Amino acid sequence: MKRYSAFAVAREGLRHHAGWERAWKSPAPKPSYDVIIVGAGGHGLATAYYLGKNFGITNVAVIEKGWLGGGNTGRNTTIIRSNYLQDPSAAIYEKARSLYEDLSQDLNYNVMFSPRGVMMLAQTHHEIRGYQRTAHANALQGVETEFIGPERVKELCPIIETRGPRYPVLGALWQPRGGTARHDAVAWGYARACSDMGMDIIQKCEVTGVTQEGGQVTGVETTKGHIGCTKLGIVVAGHSGVLADMAGFRLPIESVALQALVSEPIKPCMDVVVMANTVHGYMSQSDKGEMVIGGGADGYNNYTQRGSFHHIEETVRALIETFPIISRLKMLRMWGGIVDMTGDRSPIISPTPLGNTFINCGWGTGGFKAIPGSGWATAEMIARGTPGPLAAEFGLNRFREGRFIDESVAAGVAH
Amino acid sequence: MRITCPYCGERDIREFTYRGHALAIARPAPDAGEAAWDDYLHLRDNPAGATQDLWHHGPCGAWVIVDRDTVTHEVAGSKAVAEVKR
Repeated sequence: MKRYSAFAVAREGLRHHAGWERAWKSPAPKPSYDVIIVGAGGHGLATAYYLGKNFGITNVAVIEKGWLGGGNTGRNTTIIRSNYLQDPSAAIYEKARSLYEDLSQDLNYNVMFSPRGVMMLAQTHHEIRGYQRTAHANALQGVETEFIGPERVKELCPIIETRGPRYPVLGALWQPRGGTARHDAVAWGYARACSDMGMDIIQKCEVTGVTQEGGQVTGVETTKGHIGCTKLGIVVAGHSGVLADMAGFRLPIESVALQALVSEPIKPCMDVVVMANTVHGYMSQSDKGEMVIGGGADGYNNYTQRGSFHHIEETVRALIETFPIISRLKMLRMWGGIVDMTGDRSPIISPTPLGNTFINCGWGTGGFKAIPGSGWATAEMIARGTPGPLAAEFGLNRFREGRFIDESVAAGVAH
Repeated sequence: MRITCPYCGERDIREFTYRGHALAIARPAPDAGEAAWDDYLHLRDNPAGATQDLWHHGPCGAWVIVDRDTVTHEVAGSKAVAEVKR
């Protein structure tokens, strides 16, 4: 792999840009691999990357039904934060956030991590108490956050209407090192690094079955034929239930469409990410100037990657109260992604009832921010055969054993 | 999406509240054991395609079982929970 650098840009500029090579190879599948990862989204590619980087396992294939990063990795609102209440969540999300800090250098690929700061508005007295509690918890967990008053909110983001009338801004939980990153670049950067380590990224290859023998996985049936493996990692987000069904077990997961939209581009007017959980909307401004807006998930299970019109209406109606400036903006486009929700709104990183088969799913509405940490923890689990410290609490059995990591109550909303 | 309430006729989805998969009405016996209750409380088939779930119709208070497709939003039919389970 040729490294990207200022020198490379200068060199190619002098020879008509003829020397750039493909960022990753598109090989035909080999008969078998040590590890197969199903799903070439951020989490799947990060898992493969850390298998190679941390454990030297490079005889790996990443199989993808569609195209690389074309699922939820390309459909989120790119927010990165780690201000969670529960200890296991804060640990893995903070690991992810800290890996994002130098991910561009690590991958030699600009993921445009922008730690512009994330604020979660408190618009009811209940939320003030909740966020103060989170700020205290974060202090103990080593996550840098603080609770700020409405004057500081207005100073950081002048376009917010802090005085109401229905939902005045009473304060906010502020994480200065949270922010955004370029979502496609995260997938592309990991893919390029994986390909460079000799891993095979096989796109447009749908898994249609999981083969097993004596309770151990032996491979997967795909639209490009049977591919054998010693270990299998299932990292397919919204379609986890479908893959689990092929492998012969059930999951505590329900799939829901979550949608987002962007406005027409306007001049820079906000340089922080704002989440307003009471009115249920969040917004940031992309580098192109579009206002990127996310709302709540559909209120019912479905697999339609488009979302429903009345949810857009609810989200925009709510945000206009807090951001009057957007009332005259035209909305450019909207889209939906299928998110895999667990009962406690925390992910699953776990061995499964099928031998040598591991699953990473249940990130729900907040998977993008977790990509590096999730890949790190999943790679450790697959390499060692048992979950490491980051993943230990996120097992499948926690539901049966009543050890919920209850972020749904902590956040009060999807997060 | 429009859902037919068995008592009120076809109505807009916004009149209804989603209450999860229809397996909720097949509650195991209190002494059915840990595995049966884990299955009932937590595990889901989560199909991409035909499913059957419970909706609550706000205006009339009826609980409705709806046959629905999770990929196309097509509603195939509906019946009152009261007719199925007494």
